[in-house]
Amino acid sequence: MTARLEIRSLHKRFGALAVTDGISLDIAPGELHAIIGPNGAGKTTLVAQLSGQLAPDSGQVLYDGRDITHMDMAGRVHLGMARSFQITTILHGFTVLQNVALAVQARKGSSFRFFGRADAEPALNAAAIGYLRQVGLAERAGDVARNLSHGEHRQMEFAIALATAPRLLLLDEPFAGTGRQEAEQLLALMRQIKGKQTTLLVEHDMNAVFALADRISVLVYGRIIATGTPGEIRANAEVRAAYLGEEDAAC
Amino acid sequence: MFNLFLLQLLNGVQLGILLFLVAAGLTLIFGIMDFINIAHGVLYMVGAYLMATFAAATGNFWLGLLVAMPAVVVFGLALEVFLFRRLYDRSHLDQVLATFGLMLIVTEGVRMIWGSSPIFVPVPELLSGSIRLLGIINYPVYRLAIIAAGLAVAVGLYVMINHSRIGMLLRAGASNRPVVSALGVNITWLFAFVFAFGAMLAGFAGALVAPVLSVDPGMGGSVLILAFVVVVIGGIGSVKGAFVAALLVGVVDTLGRTFGPILLQMAMDPSAASQTGRTLAPMLIYILMALVLAIRPSGLFGRRAA
Amino acid sequence: MSDSPAPTTAPPASPAAPLRRPRLFSRGAAALAIFGLMALVPLVAHLSDDPFLTVAFTRILVFAIAALSLDLILGYGALVSFGHAAYVGFGAYAVAILSRHGITDIFVHLAAGIGVAVIFAVLTGAIALRTRGVYFIMITLAFGQMAYFFFTSLSAYGGDDGISLRGRSTVLGTDLLAHNSVLFYVTLGALVGLYLLAAAVVNSRFGRVLAGTREDALRMQAIGFRPFRYQLAAFVIAGAMASISGVLLANQAEFVSPAYMSWHRSGELIVMVILGGIGTLLGGVVGAVVVLLLEEWLSVFTTHWRMGLGLVLILVVLFSPKGIAGLFERLLGRGK
Ligand SMILES: Nc1ncnc2c1ncn2[C@@H]1O[C@H](COP(=O)(O)OP(=O)(O)OP(=O)(O)O)[C@@H](O)[C@H]1O
Ligand SMILES: [Mg+2]
Repeated sequence: MTARLEIRSLHKRFGALAVTDGISLDIAPGELHAIIGPNGAGKTTLVAQLSGQLAPDSGQVLYDGRDITHMDMAGRVHLGMARSFQITTILHGFTVLQNVALAVQARKGSSFRFFGRADAEPALNAAAIGYLRQVGLAERAGDVARNLSHGEHRQMEFAIALATAPRLLLLDEPFAGTGRQEAEQLLALMRQIKGKQTTLLVEHDMNAVFALADRISVLVYGRIIATGTPGEIRANAEVRAAYLGEEDAAC
Repeated sequence: MFNLFLLQLLNGVQLGILLFLVAAGLTLIFGIMDFINIAHGVLYMVGAYLMATFAAATGNFWLGLLVAMPAVVVFGLALEVFLFRRLYDRSHLDQVLATFGLMLIVTEGVRMIWGSSPIFVPVPELLSGSIRLLGIINYPVYRLAIIAAGLAVAVGLYVMINHSRIGMLLRAGASNRPVVSALGVNITWLFAFVFAFGAMLAGFAGALVAPVLSVDPGMGGSVLILAFVVVVIGGIGSVKGAFVAALLVGVVDTLGRTFGPILLQMAMDPSAASQTGRTLAPMLIYILMALVLAIRPSGLFGRRAA
Repeated sequence: MSDSPAPTTAPPASPAAPLRRPRLFSRGAAALAIFGLMALVPLVAHLSDDPFLTVAFTRILVFAIAALSLDLILGYGALVSFGHAAYVGFGAYAVAILSRHGITDIFVHLAAGIGVAVIFAVLTGAIALRTRGVYFIMITLAFGQMAYFFFTSLSAYGGDDGISLRGRSTVLGTDLLAHNSVLFYVTLGALVGLYLLAAAVVNSRFGRVLAGTREDALRMQAIGFRPFRYQLAAFVIAGAMASISGVLLANQAEFVSPAYMSWHRSGELIVMVILGGIGTLLGGVVGAVVVLLLEEWLSVFTTHWRMGLGLVLILVVLFSPKGIAGLFERLLGRGK
């Protein structure tokens, strides 16, 4: 069975800094693969290359066996890759509903339609409401996005990603900055989609990672130093030394 | 034919040098402050008018130049302190609007003070007359002097930018603004300096051309847009780019106007050729700009993606 | 109070919720009021025996169309195009050049003007839209200037000095437009029609993508849009609309010159949009009225009226970022 996502010796430098230093990784369909690593390890940069925001210096990215290394972001989205951003990236002047409806609009019908109120298209709005309900934001649908709390913005990011009808979710720290209640809601949601969605989850929240992941890769200084099941990673001495040790001490 | 070519080539270089003087400040201002200044051409114009006034008042070209230069710098600094400073952290649109307004005010101000009709400045005694070049053409000494002065400024700029502390800051700032603030430099001071410096260069260019061109209130606008083209071709923030692009634009524009119709005559009948040539020639530099951008969207020497 | 923001759970640290008024109604009413008042102009001119009034207001309406078209890309696309006057020129020269060769029908003029505008917008837009920020401003300015110089050097059609028309465009063989009040109402009709068109576009699927791109292009890409296509389409639509105003301008003035296309004109169009209130469509219309009346009024006192305009601009930028509309909004907001 071909991997949903196959990363082949990816390299990316910023000046002298090798931020992605020969990363290879396979993600099987249906798998929830977590990537953990200290700040500045290059996790966001990796996600950016996978989503087409940044071009790698060398290496390949394959999606369902197809080389997409040189495809632009929109093209990948149409293939089914969705991304949520570590730094909330939403349309602040739009309502919550409009934000999600736009993502639905992107895949339903042409957007070169110059007449007819987009806000009044029942098909778009109904679908959008569905995704908002899924993340627990349906009551806020009519509010302008900038008026929502940070945690709610994270939920919005998630709803927008889901609204692109993805076959591969690239989530960059969806839990960052969420409150306890929102985190629990997100965790429940992730559990729900687990197994149905293929997911690459970048996350600092170890509770979430160990609770959710099928496999975990540890990224340090642009390299993957270990990949394995949560149990294997917990037991890995090198990982403990490089990374988890500090976490344990901190907790 | 060769004589004509040489003559026009020199004219083109001279135009390029002037454009460089105007564009050098402009490109630094864009690069370092990310500030679009529609009023930059005004400094060139004010330089020319001050030159005309002081040269007439003192009866001496050199004295006039000596007084006009500090006056332009003061003028530029005043603009920076009273207006531009408030605009750095505003949107480009606000900057366009306010500097456009300033351009209107200064241009009208110049009209009020000096009137709308062109003013002429005599060529200084020392640099009058022509000189025989390569034994084939006569070329005005003053125009050669403009080229020499411009080249001297270019060399001075090169040395300053590559071999001094302020130059290092300028280089760092033009490509990466946060770096400069991280270095603990007084940004306010640096910005004011860049502005005053840009004003001086533009004013100097204006003063230099005063004896060659007629000094009139429209002169700022036309040079501004050419300078924009230069900055775009050269790449924002790059003084070297501005130099190369300015010469390119100056030469292409001048040669195009003269030789465009002549070249076209080989392909079509003379009257059609001269008409087509005259129509196409002024568009050449814009086509050049389009070509450069199509290949390199951030200009010849632009470091950042635009 | 009905317009107080709904209670939210947003932390108090976040900026105050923007006032939400029943906007659609008030904007529709404002449009109706403005266009309705405009429609009375020929009547007033007739009663006060001042035919010049109709001609002067025709000119205002023409620029209102141009400003409206610019607002489409400036306000809804955040594309600071500094070469918009060129498109007005294309429309105007379509009239001048075709009429010179005996083709006087306004529909042919419109088709030619729009055609040239579309081609020019596609070619220059495709280059300019690959860049952003100050690059975009400078490049649109430069291309506008290129068009300006092109017509300046067209000596067969008046070159620098411009060219007088022998008469206005004909409509299906009739000289209907020769009557000033007919031209006025045709222009007003065009303005209203284009305003409604623009309002529809802004609220359409396309308009939503355009506005989304203005807010955050990265987000739009991440949900599968390619911003370039939509921005280019908007750029072309705006250019085509502006060229319609050019056709009307040539008819109003019965004279066409490159001065219509100068970068000062482009700057003035931006000024109109900003002063009237950017991103409101109606703002462009109001801005055109205000700027041209201000021009008219100031020039009574002094030939240096541009100085006054410049001063107004600087003051507005420094003290009222939302333009005249913002000023009103603040005054009304306080009044309540
Ligand atoms: N555009 C850029 N130019 C230069 N350096 C960059 C750029 N983007 C990121 N970096 C550097 O690359 C390194 C990796 O950054 P990245 O954001 O990928 O880390 P991360 O693993 O996501 O960290 P965090 O856990 O803090 O989100 C950092 O040292 C960062 O400073
Ligand atoms: Mg990160």
